[in-house]
Amino acid sequence: MQTSRRRSSEPIFWSLFGAGGVIVAFVLPVVILITGIAVPLGVFPSEVMNFERAQSFAASWIGKLSLLVIISLTLWHSVHRIYLSLHDLGIQRRAIYKWLCYGVAFAGTVAAVVLLLRI
Amino acid sequence: MMADQERIIEIEVLRYRPEQDDKPVLQTFEVPFTDDMSVLQGLQYIKDHLDGSLSFRWSCRMAICGSCGMMVNGEPMLSCKTFLRDFHPGKLRVEALTHFPIEKDLVVDAGDFIDKLESVTAYIVPAEPRELAEGEYLQTPRQRDEYEQYSSCINCMLCYAACPQYGLSSEFTGPGVLALLHRYNADSRDGAKRERMEIVNAEEGVWGCTLVGYCSEVCPKNVDPASAVNQNKINSTLDYFTRFLTPRGGTS
Repeated sequence: MQTSRRRSSEPIFWSLFGAGGVIVAFVLPVVILITGIAVPLGVFPSEVMNFERAQSFAASWIGKLSLLVIISLTLWHSVHRIYLSLHDLGIQRRAIYKWLCYGVAFAGTVAAVVLLLRI
Repeated sequence: MMADQERIIEIEVLRYRPEQDDKPVLQTFEVPFTDDMSVLQGLQYIKDHLDGSLSFRWSCRMAICGSCGMMVNGEPMLSCKTFLRDFHPGKLRVEALTHFPIEKDLVVDAGDFIDKLESVTAYIVPAEPRELAEGEYLQTPRQRDEYEQYSSCINCMLCYAACPQYGLSSEFTGPGVLALLHRYNADSRDGAKRERMEIVNAEEGVWGCTLVGYCSEVCPKNVDPASAVNQNKINSTLDYFTRFLTPRGGTS
């Protein structure tokens, strides 16, 4: 075993992964159920998702915050799982994959912040 | 079926004799067995009656010593705790523990595991040293429950053969040693957590784990290394973010 051990920066990504896990497990299924199934199938009236309603939701601070949390943490959760799965599949851990994976989540988060602020 | 009624089972053994084999080869033996015979006893029959050159480790024959771990039909098992009757009328294949270099036949080089075991201070360093006259280090049953299951490890290395991450990179400290590390960190009498946390926090520490969980499935002593590793991911994360806030820089 090597004698000098470097502290891993993984706690940052693992925390985001864990927080994202809660969102993906509890919030995302509800969002998919409402926006992807219930409204298109007419279980809920289509007014639930009409433009004015959606825009006023996204324009409020609580709406912006909710959307940011759902979009960003889901991304961080997913890319972390993909990154670890690459290793499980026998693909060596390389900095390029780490940058690619977490880069997608970072870019998605920045894009979400910018777009939400412009509403 | 009568326990003393003999049947015959085919045992395929992965042989590797460095002086004559370029690479490991399978050799099949026909072994008479009774219902009460373990895979280990099958191997002992081969060594005593069919081929005296077959090499394998064993000692206690009762799942205490942790010497006789090997791959049985591709799964890491203690050969003393696995019975031939469960494979009959099919055959079984016995191979050296995977993820370790083979020295000869079923004997692996455990050096890497031993080095790791030695590196984690796998003993109690008293938090408050006491003189002999002061008596024992007392502990409540609840404090003991914190670590008790992790103290059942017999160092058989089955979890290392099960761990795909250890198979990909032996830099990873691995399930058994991390579980044992946790056993001492979780002990109320111990005071060496700070030093052990350096191992936990490293890339090769708990962060080498991707929570496959097979380690806990194969453990013959019902230790749950996956749980120990994941509790320490939480500990390591707390340590990471609180080290700037606490006077000792975390790991307290």
